[in-house]
Amino acid sequence: MTLLAVERMKLLTTRSPWWCALLALVLTIGFSALMAGTSDAADPMNISATQFGYGFGLVVIMVMAALAVTTEYRFSTIRATFLAVPRRPSPLVAKATVVALLAGVVGEAAAFGSWGIAKLIKPTSDLAINSSYDWRAIAGVGLVYAVAAVIAVAVGLMLRHSAGAIAVLMIWTQLAEPLVQLIPKVGDKIHKWLPFNVANKFITGNPDPSARDVLHGPPPSDAVLAPWPAIAAFAAFAVVLFAVAVTVANRRDA
Amino acid sequence: MTTLLATERIKLFTTRSPWWSTLLALGMTIGFAALVALNHSGGPLTVRHSQFGAQFGLMIVTVMAALAITTEYRFATIRATFQAVPHRTAVLLAKTAVVAVLAAVIGEVAAFGSWITARVIDGGPEMNLVTGGDWRAVAGLGLVYAVGAVIAVAVGTLIRQSAGAISVLLIWPLLVENLVQLIPRVGEDIHNWMPFTAVSRFTDSTVPGPIGPWASLAYFAGVAAVLLVAALAVAEKRDA
Amino acid sequence: MIEAVGLTKRYGNTLAVDNLSFSVPTGRVTGFLGPNGAGKSTTMRMILGLDTPTGGSALIDGKRYRDLHQPLRTVGALLDAKWVHPNRSARAHLAWMARSNNLSAGRVDEVLDLVGLTGVANKRAGGFSLGMSQRLGIAAALLGDPQVLLFDEPVNGLDPEGILWIRKFMHRLADEGRTVFVSSHLLSEMALTAQELVVIGRGKLISQSSTEDFVAMATENTVKVRGPQLTALRSELGRAGVTIRDEGDSLIVSGMDCADIGELAARTQTVLHELSPQRGSLEEAFIQLTGDSVEYHTDLVDGATPATLVPAGK
Repeated sequence: MTLLAVERMKLLTTRSPWWCALLALVLTIGFSALMAGTSDAADPMNISATQFGYGFGLVVIMVMAALAVTTEYRFSTIRATFLAVPRRPSPLVAKATVVALLAGVVGEAAAFGSWGIAKLIKPTSDLAINSSYDWRAIAGVGLVYAVAAVIAVAVGLMLRHSAGAIAVLMIWTQLAEPLVQLIPKVGDKIHKWLPFNVANKFITGNPDPSARDVLHGPPPSDAVLAPWPAIAAFAAFAVVLFAVAVTVANRRDA
Repeated sequence: MTTLLATERIKLFTTRSPWWSTLLALGMTIGFAALVALNHSGGPLTVRHSQFGAQFGLMIVTVMAALAITTEYRFATIRATFQAVPHRTAVLLAKTAVVAVLAAVIGEVAAFGSWITARVIDGGPEMNLVTGGDWRAVAGLGLVYAVGAVIAVAVGTLIRQSAGAISVLLIWPLLVENLVQLIPRVGEDIHNWMPFTAVSRFTDSTVPGPIGPWASLAYFAGVAAVLLVAALAVAEKRDA
Repeated sequence: MIEAVGLTKRYGNTLAVDNLSFSVPTGRVTGFLGPNGAGKSTTMRMILGLDTPTGGSALIDGKRYRDLHQPLRTVGALLDAKWVHPNRSARAHLAWMARSNNLSAGRVDEVLDLVGLTGVANKRAGGFSLGMSQRLGIAAALLGDPQVLLFDEPVNGLDPEGILWIRKFMHRLADEGRTVFVSSHLLSEMALTAQELVVIGRGKLISQSSTEDFVAMATENTVKVRGPQLTALRSELGRAGVTIRDEGDSLIVSGMDCADIGELAARTQTVLHELSPQRGSLEEAFIQLTGDSVEYHTDLVDGATPATLVPAGK
């Protein structure tokens, strides 16, 4: 518990988490406002369209999470951290927890903020949250952000450099995953099991029977898992990656 | 100017990041070409297929180019630089030129390397460089990488922080440009004029667009020039 | 010759350097003295054209730094020894600097030799100790064989050997007829190194004078007189019109030197156990002069002089 408090203080006494959180909120809610403002009878506003900025928020949150650990290496405060708590896994788990919690909170605020502003701009459109799909599309964002933050912390921990960690995270999520499906024959099969594609399934999977077009929202997923197993698989992947990162950090000279 | 170019060349190649960036970009592009050629089925392998990894290479090159300037700020060597040569615009132009030339070389080696690799694995008549489009797809890559590097140096100079510059440089082409087209009504028009989308019409003639391939490249270069001028103006005024 | 005229630098509401004018004479070591946060580094950055002054100007031999052609040949500077890419070797760092001002590659080896880094020239600079980094910084400053040299707190954090080395180096540079401008927050260090002193506090000029004059002005020269029976001497001194202060069983006399007091003691047949000149500590003098302009205060300053340390209006 003490360690969680320590990591919370460390995270929130620097500026980058605040900037990133603010940026994530502005981007997600701003895009929702843009979508709502430009919607009309032909392109009506729907639940998925309110979450148009979901992908932006996700990358910003991952940058924030990666920086939370790489800046410790950048300024050598990681040494101070390990001096204060020599059992290294504990502070690292605490850090991942705190970062994931912040990511979750930002995700919920972004998702409900986006939904709220769309409702405000287009009060007549059908934005009621009824089905389990609707709930996952909005409330699920925080969960995905939290797990993604753990992945980003793990990558940051392994690479220790801001530039490298951010480049890997961006290229992996935004370029490698979508491009893989273009590889002939095997591409689609691989793509179905890539972690961020699987995570999207939780948000966009099993649209409700009213058949709202999900195309205006976060990218639809071709993962074969059902939504809840999908988020479980995504979380399991994050845990494994993080465990590897902690093992590496534990062995390495600080 | 030759002095400054030589200076910047020494600076670039006496750090490690350009070396591993080059290796990574070549590995990615040529590796993907091999992967695609090996797994290909249904229809002949074409020149376009061999350039599958071009976008990866471009992203790595922009990261390398941004780091070339942000690490100067990170380690405050920019002050030593401006102390040695107080004409900041000249220094930064020399740096931009050196980085762009390296990017162009990487682009050419990556493109021809990919093309040759794919050809060796599965070379049919469709793998020959016949049309202008074929040539642009392969030989044009160096130009795209060079201009992309200029944009990256400009953004790096403006932002001065590796993390911020790289985030912007990766999120912009990979996410922003693609997502804007989903905005109702105006999205498609905006998307057509996004710089990285525009330049994809230069190397890939199958992408439809409002202007031709060379005009698209010119537009991309124009965006780079505007950003570079802004960056130079800011660097000239700002305290180092 | 470096000349600052009305140099001013404002960051938001803070005036880091406030209408600062001084000149650094050619061919001497001039100390740039002030407490931490007084604006010394900002001033040096403005002299080197790195920061743009909000007002005023700094000229080197009548030119702005930015107007110098191949400036490393005119001015060498070491502002921060850590301004080096950690993955670059010492030689590579000097090589690009040399190339930028068209200096021969051979010069790199010369300066490496001069500062004693030849053995580690190909090692990455990131692994250097502070002392080695400092030597590399000095090598970079000397690269263009400049007549004017600027050093910002060069002895900070160095071990005694390193401090001695730097001090000798400064003297050697001055002996070669170069102009050396070196900043420090330690008056004792400057008293050993500098012939001239520019003293600033809170961005404002406090004084510019020779080091001797500054020390004389800043410190009160007194004589301590101790003995078993001083009544006669005391009244005799009183007649001479000097200031006398009691301190335990001794007298602290100001306004008369040891020789005269000795004569007087012989005339009054006074037995003396001690007759010694007292020099006020340089640091005390420095604190007294700059006391009003110290940027950050602690309440831990020894109780004797708190009044002078608290600036007016705070």
